[in-house]
Amino acid sequence: MKAWLHQYSVVGRKIPTQEEPEPPIYRLKIFAPNVVNAKSRFWYFLRKLKRVKKSSGEILNISEIFEKKSTQVKNYGIWIRYKSRSDTINMYREYRDVTVNGAVEQMYKDMSGRHRARWSSIWVLKAMPVAAKDCRRSKVTQFHDSKIKFALPHMRPRAPLKKYNTPFKAKRPTTIVQ
Amino acid sequence: MVFKRFVEVGRVVLVTYGEHRGKLGVIVDVVDQNRVLVDGPQTGLPRHTINFKSLALTPFQVKIQHGSRTGVVRKALEEKKLMEQWKSTLWYKKLCSRENRRKLGDFERFKLMIAKKKKAAMVNGQVKKLKSHS
Repeated sequence: MKAWLHQYSVVGRKIPTQEEPEPPIYRLKIFAPNVVNAKSRFWYFLRKLKRVKKSSGEILNISEIFEKKSTQVKNYGIWIRYKSRSDTINMYREYRDVTVNGAVEQMYKDMSGRHRARWSSIWVLKAMPVAAKDCRRSKVTQFHDSKIKFALPHMRPRAPLKKYNTPFKAKRPTTIVQ
Repeated sequence: MVFKRFVEVGRVVLVTYGEHRGKLGVIVDVVDQNRVLVDGPQTGLPRHTINFKSLALTPFQVKIQHGSRTGVVRKALEEKKLMEQWKSTLWYKKLCSRENRRKLGDFERFKLMIAKKKKAAMVNGQVKKLKSHS
């Protein structure tokens, strides 16, 4: 699966003035589909949290953060804050994935499905790998079994590529492979 | 109903959909209820997560621990001589013959049809002979 989101580290500050020659520097880790969006999100958060606007600020550095081990399954804990229709809610959610980007992606899809929460109403406060013993959600802990084993009782045969899909078949497909 | 093929660590799978279709791999870890981490060092299947929908479970299995690295997987596959086992299955032969047939041109398909007719005539002739003897 190609990642939709990337993680960027964005560093910025207020432009130094005579009154404030050394303004504090802020660094945010931001999940965004591209650099342009990441910068925009950076200013959105800084405006909200630190009263620094794009018009009076500058970005010092922006770089992508890559997953160190993207071929190992991990548990990710994601702390979010989201605006529901009536309230602002803090939440902790868990997902299993090989990259943090994938986990955050899962979170956005999950939130949109379960709570009808849009991209714009979710703040990712923190997203990090969680050790198996610290996992809280049964959705994740049910896979903490080195000898996990389950059958696939219903498998629909698939055309090898999308372009080979056909709406009608001469034969009813076999959906059970024992 | 008794199932014999399971999603489990060490299960050999065939990718049936997408870019890597037709490649054999091993389940290295189970990600969640939809996806597994697969690795196929012998067939050029990169180590990545894949949905069950684009997999087919084979009757083969190798002994590995969950999260095994590519080297360990390769060794386990080589020890079991998995590729040879796979190539002797009817499943693989069917895939091959389907692929061969797909590659044929119009004239070649015609030649195949003639050859098949000849074969059928020979077989039917023999059957008739045997029937008349009895």
